[in-house]
Amino acid sequence: MHREFLMGNEAVALGAIAAGVDLVCGYPGTPSTEVLETVAKHRPERTYVEWSVNEKTAMEVAAGAAYSGARALVTMKQMGLNVASDPLMCLEYIGVKGGLVVLVADDPGPISSQTEQDTRCYAGFSKVPCFDPSTAQEAYDMVREAFDFSEKYSTPVFLRTTTRVSHGYASIEVLDAGEYAGHCIEGFCRDSSRWVIFPRLSYQNHQKIVARNEELSGVLSGYERNRIYPASGAIANCRKGAATGGISFTYAMEARQELGELKLFKVSTPYPFPEKKALEFLEGLDEVLCLEELDPVIERELIYICGKYGLKTKIYGKLSRHVRCAGENSRDSVRDDLAAFLGITIEKPMQPELPKLPVRPPVLCAGCPHRASFYAVKKAMAGKKTVFCGDIGCYTLGNAMPLDMVDTCLCMGAGLGIAQGIGHIDPDTVCFAFVGDSTFFASAITGVVNAVYNQAEMILVVLDNSTTAMTGHQPHPGTGKTMMGQAVDAVSIEGVLRGIGLRFVETVNPLDQQAATDAVRRAAEQPGVKAIIFRSPCIALTRPEKALRIDGEKCIGCRRCIREIGCPAISMRDGRAEIDGSQCVGCGLCAGLCPVRAIGGEDVAE
Amino acid sequence: MLASKLISAAAMEKGMPVMSAETIGMAQRGGSVFSHLRIGEGVFSPMIPLGGADLIIGFEPGEAVRMLPYLKTDGQMVVSARPVMPVTAALSGGYDGAAMVDFLRGQVKRLVVVDTEAAIAEVGSAKALNIILLGVAARTGAIGVTAAELEQAMLKKVAPRFHELNRRALACGEAIWRAAESGR
Repeated sequence: MHREFLMGNEAVALGAIAAGVDLVCGYPGTPSTEVLETVAKHRPERTYVEWSVNEKTAMEVAAGAAYSGARALVTMKQMGLNVASDPLMCLEYIGVKGGLVVLVADDPGPISSQTEQDTRCYAGFSKVPCFDPSTAQEAYDMVREAFDFSEKYSTPVFLRTTTRVSHGYASIEVLDAGEYAGHCIEGFCRDSSRWVIFPRLSYQNHQKIVARNEELSGVLSGYERNRIYPASGAIANCRKGAATGGISFTYAMEARQELGELKLFKVSTPYPFPEKKALEFLEGLDEVLCLEELDPVIERELIYICGKYGLKTKIYGKLSRHVRCAGENSRDSVRDDLAAFLGITIEKPMQPELPKLPVRPPVLCAGCPHRASFYAVKKAMAGKKTVFCGDIGCYTLGNAMPLDMVDTCLCMGAGLGIAQGIGHIDPDTVCFAFVGDSTFFASAITGVVNAVYNQAEMILVVLDNSTTAMTGHQPHPGTGKTMMGQAVDAVSIEGVLRGIGLRFVETVNPLDQQAATDAVRRAAEQPGVKAIIFRSPCIALTRPEKALRIDGEKCIGCRRCIREIGCPAISMRDGRAEIDGSQCVGCGLCAGLCPVRAIGGEDVAE
Repeated sequence: MLASKLISAAAMEKGMPVMSAETIGMAQRGGSVFSHLRIGEGVFSPMIPLGGADLIIGFEPGEAVRMLPYLKTDGQMVVSARPVMPVTAALSGGYDGAAMVDFLRGQVKRLVVVDTEAAIAEVGSAKALNIILLGVAARTGAIGVTAAELEQAMLKKVAPRFHELNRRALACGEAIWRAAESGR
């Protein structure tokens, strides 16, 4: 044992390595991404790691490994679980041989997601047991426990984290390499009565799963991490208690230090719910406040248990509106909720009224090629009836003023279908779908096939920056690199599109604005499904060119450079535009649109 | 982020438990970025409550104001004076960084304002600004680790080719602190 300062996601990764994990796969998504990256960085020889093309494929790859008796970890964010839900729902009916842990990172807030969905609900829906760590230390320890549990009961197991657990750091106790678990792998054993899903098998296994989960509720009541912290001190006889789990547990523990040691129930396995332990907690309580993020999972379970056993205990939380139903909990919100519940008035320090602060919405980086791509389409289609369907990635930020080039955004790959639907209803509109290179491979290809087959009229714009930028630059099938460090043949986006049957496929560097706008105009004149691939690497992956400068003598202060493209490197000072040399990468987009040619390189006076 | 890593490493070296949390993801595209750091026993969560921070190191005056509600009544603040304009401010005509610094002067008794341009010029790299501010913070005594301990942590955590730059940055921070003290 030794101590290390680790991010929660790193703790999950190292915990999996300590558990002897044989295969790790997943698809990037905040806040889950660092788990797989950390495994790859510390990869033992026995372990195979891949970024899969999407979460569905990852789940299937992991299932295959677990069928073969290997230990597999599959990682994704909560939205990714929607993509992987098809194999997961079925997999629970089939079960596994080797341990399969499904790491899903939820995003209360949400901070960087489209939904505030709760993987604990997926656990109940899919009947897959769920472990819910509160700290980085617990995440590290629970991975190994989850693998053992998965193998013992032949079921996939969720390890569900939330942003503050995934991205929080702590100095934690970890095993030395000599203490890691090892095991032998049997390999896949043919048995069609076990591995082939049929209605009859599903019916039989459904009964077994329900019986097993009833048993597991009892087993998990004895799991040490489902724990009751008794009331003590001044409020030892208080007949009020609180139930919590995940990061909210840590907030509640600190609130207890301040408000008094009330009885607290920590739920570490929200599914199957530890019913016996809950009954023990409810004993002697009149009222219980549930402190949890996302859905009221613990609250519903306790209400159910009170109903089932005829208990008079009142259960409060999100359903009763004692706690707000959306958004992240915080150290302060949990303290305030608990104080109100206990009838304690807390004296808060006087807070000064803050001056008006600048809003800082996320924007495309200075020099981002997506800005040039959006600007080219905007210019080429000016005055035409258009709709711009966006997608998930950095380029969602193309919605910000002044670009304002994202009319819709739903989920990964959805822009393709939405553009087709709008086009079928309103044929006069030129429908664009913008999709990034990683998203293209993850979930846009079927949308293109659909468009070609069903005779849609649309323009697909692939914003190819040769990486998965938003989540921190992961490789994908188009990059020719794998997480095992191999250089492989890149899958060609042009080749895929031509193979599907597109006749108009043009590749352009968006920083060449003339060529880019010409390509868009040509595409708009053609019938059917057209594709433009704007290819220029993400600025975070290339050496910046020399920063541009603005000649203060020539600049007329017209603000055109600011109004048109919204580059974060350009601001106004004393009525003249100015470029922040520490941000500018010299893309030249602004120079092309200055009416007095005041922007340039070293030849420009400062 | 590097600043909080160095403080953590120095604190762990002394056997103190450390927790921290930072913003990652969408927030890195020009949004507000913060890092909470908590050192010592009895801490369960990586997040600091409002009014609970002993020290705020602000890399931008507006962002320091945004985080001010987290500072203890008698807490210490070290802030870089140079504003960073968001695109929204550029579109609407800018915001006044100096007004933010003035506001902080009126609110925070224990405040060191760092002349960003001068400090960067002295050290020779804008990239070392965080370490300069850390150097100031170390001298305030509000971190619980000394400047020497931070330097040791830096030597372990940072690639050797950056050692000299970071040493200069820490020393620059110390000089700024001394100047601020003598001006008091």
